Parts: sequence; structure tokens; C-alpha cells
Amino acid sequence: MKAAKTGNEAFAEAMRQINPDVVAAYPITPATEVVQIFSQFVADGLVKTEFVAVESEHSAMSACIGASAAGARAMTGTSSQGLALMWEMLYIAGGLRLPIVMAVVNRALSSPINIHCDHSDSIGARDSGWIQLFSENVQEAYDNIIQAVRIAEHPDVNLPIMATTDGFILSHCLETLDMLSDEDVRSFVGDIPERSTLVKSLREGKPITLGALDLQDYYFEHKRQSAEGMFNAMKVIPEIGKEFAKTFGREYGFFEAYKLADADAAILVMGSTSGTAKDVVDTMRAEGKKVGLVKLRVYRPFPAQMLAQALSGIKALGIMDRAEGMSAVSGPVYPEICAALYDLPGKKPVVQDYIYGLGGRDVSLNDIRYIFDEVLKSAQTGKKAYTLKYVGVRE
Amino acid sequence: MEEKKAAWKELPEGDVLEGGSSLKFKTGNWRTDRPVHIPEKCIHCFICWIACPDGAVKVNAETGKFEEFNYDYCKGCGICAHECPKDAIKMVNEQEVDKK
Repeated sequence: MKAAKTGNEAFAEAMRQINPDVVAAYPITPATEVVQIFSQFVADGLVKTEFVAVESEHSAMSACIGASAAGARAMTGTSSQGLALMWEMLYIAGGLRLPIVMAVVNRALSSPINIHCDHSDSIGARDSGWIQLFSENVQEAYDNIIQAVRIAEHPDVNLPIMATTDGFILSHCLETLDMLSDEDVRSFVGDIPERSTLVKSLREGKPITLGALDLQDYYFEHKRQSAEGMFNAMKVIPEIGKEFAKTFGREYGFFEAYKLADADAAILVMGSTSGTAKDVVDTMRAEGKKVGLVKLRVYRPFPAQMLAQALSGIKALGIMDRAEGMSAVSGPVYPEICAALYDLPGKKPVVQDYIYGLGGRDVSLNDIRYIFDEVLKSAQTGKKAYTLKYVGVRE
Repeated sequence: MEEKKAAWKELPEGDVLEGGSSLKFKTGNWRTDRPVHIPEKCIHCFICWIACPDGAVKVNAETGKFEEFNYDYCKGCGICAHECPKDAIKMVNEQEVDKK
């Protein structure tokens, strides 16, 4: 069914169709609408969800952790400072292996205070044990959050997951998307799988302790378990993507390779900018320039080997980083791609980093064209011209 | 004998423990001083039983009498001796106990 929805509306509609047991949330621009619209669905009796209006994002995540630990399907939504306030609880959700699903609307972190898009909030949470999906457009945001439920709750994974959109660019812009029927979503997500420890506790009356003190002799083993969930997610994410495609016709993997096969130069980018960049690829292809694009959908787990394979034939690669990693080297995505390419046999692509779009700074076709021209130059010389350039900042 | 610790694949997922696991953790070896009961002075008021933070004072509800300290879990904090209104509990250094 075709519908016109903003990113926030699409998240809220998907949540209505998923019909989770518990949603605990606190409003924050630009993610407020996700849970605000959803709370209306609760008030209208369209879902059976227990909606917990909490006093902060820290409490929102804490309530989701409690609900999820008791076997409920728990969801929430947030952005920027809200995600930052959840920080310690994010790690607890990851460590306790709780398949909480969160809609994150990417927004810059203070200071200076700013409500517009960059990826510093989500990327800051990359090591917390959450799976992270980025979306190019409203359709992908909708599809991602529906798949997110299945990925997170897969018995081999059991990890929390965030599906993200870009603040305002996707969250507040109306796009047409193909929505699934309520029945189709319900049957795709199914019921949350039972956790054996909980069944034992609740049905057999044997109390359990969650999150007990775990010192030198067991902490490491539990972290290793969480890591195994991430390793297993490498198998589960494409499986769920294929199952989604079989039912609904749109397939999702770790990344999309766009006109990459014979490309000399390519850009790797996450989120909404990939749509703009595809347009530039089309224009430059029409001019006979061999350029292509990688749109990274899954940032955690990081599909290093597959990316290296897909990029092995490229002469030069530009990374578009929508966050300042403050490493005095580059943005955060660049070193991970370099590390992935390091193991390639033979000649490796030249890689240059471009930090762009911080605090919602507009990224135009010309900006991306500039990056492609720079990368093409390096493809021709075969030499790295520099590590990092800032694109769109006033010099 | 060294405790056999579970490998990561053997542990329940996500830091989950069965309830009552503290029973398996005998904290008595933390003790430097142990409480010793002096029956002649004891009036069986059970204040030691109420005050003990570890439930390591055993009393008999039927007879209404103090029975014994559970040295498997008593950490030797001395609260019982401090609270006893009749000085019927004295703290004795474990080394003194060992000598006997």
C-alpha cells in the first residue's frame, strides 16, 4: 500500500504494526514525534502496548531493560542528547542480551547545541553492544525497524538494535513509501521467542538474578558471549533481509553497492546522503566517468570482509564521515574501512576521508561532485593525496 | 581444591544467575574475629539475631533459645557483640581459636 509519511511517522506506524508489549519513552527533537504519534495509537486503543511516560531517557532505557528482562518486547525512540543520557543503560541492555528495538533519529551532540543531523550520536554508541542500521530514506527506515525486531530477537543474536534515520532530512520530510499490511507485519515479526531462563523463573517459580556483580573471574566470559551475538548477527542480518525480500520484494544486506562493479573511484557513505550521492554517480556515469558508491547500512556488526571484497577492484575510495571523531586523524568510519582493506592481497585502494554535514550543514550535489573529482584524481595518480578534508566548512 | 569455573559457552546468557547463589559463597573465611556465645549470660532476647546482617545467628523458634552462630557465613563484623545488652557475645581472634 503506497502512503506518504515522514520518517517519524513511518517509525511510529511500524511500531503500531509491530504492537510491542512495552514502550517507554521521553521526547527529544527531532525524534519526539515517533513516540508522540505512537502514544496516540495507545490512547486510541490501536495497540495493546503499555506506554510508560518516564522522566528522562536514562529512565526510558531502564524501563525498557526491565520490561525486556521480564520477557516483553520493548521499544523506544530517541536522538542526540537523549541517546547520550541513555549511555550507561545502552551497555547494560547489550550486556544483559536484551533484544530492545530503538528508533534513533540522528542528530548532532552538544556543544554547541544543535538539533540537526549528523551521526555523532549513533556512532558514539557503536561499542555498546547494539546492532546499528542506517537508512537512506523513509522506506528503508520503515523496512529496517521491522527487520530489526527479528534480528534482535533471533536466539543466536539476542542483542539490542537501533534503526536510524537522519534528523529532519528523513524524520520530517514527507516521502512516499510502500507500507505493508498490519497482518503481514504481525506475521513477519511473530511473537517474541521465549527465553529459557525466564521460563524457568516465571513458570517454575525459581527466582533469578540479572546483572549481578561480575568481577575478574566471569566478566570476560560474559563479554565474550555478547561478542558471539554480534558474530552471529553477521549471519542473521542477511538471512532476515532475504526473508523480508521473499515476502515483501525489497532485499537488504550489509551494504548496497551502486554502480561499483567497474568503478575506478567510489564513495562510501551512510544514511540519507547516499541518495544524493547516487544522483551524482548517475550524472558522472553519463559523462563516462567510472564512479560508484557503497551505501553502508549495517555499521555494527561491521562487515569488514565483505566491504574489502566489494572494494578490492577500486583504485581510490572516498569515505564520507558525518561525525568528527576527534582523533586528530579522520572521522570515525575511515579507519575502520582502512583496517578492512589492509588485509586485501596485492594493491589496495587509496582511501581519503571527507568529514561533512556536521550539525545539519547541507550537503549539495556540488559537494559530492567535488569529493568524486578529488577521489578520481587519486585514482589516476594511484597515490593518496591526503588523509582528511573537511567539505562544506567555511575556511 | 580450586573451583571449576564455567567457560563462556557454558554460562547462562546475559549475566543471569539462579536465585540463592549466595548460599554457595561461604563468606566465613573473610573473618578475622569470631563471635563466641556465653550461655550463662544470654537472656535469649534475639537482638543478635535481628542485628546480624548475614543471617548467621541461628535461633530456635520452638524453644525460644539462641542455638549457634553459622560460621560458614559469619564475616566477624561484631555487630552482634556490640548490640548484645548482656555482653553475652565476645569477639575472639581467629588465631586464638586456632591455638585451642
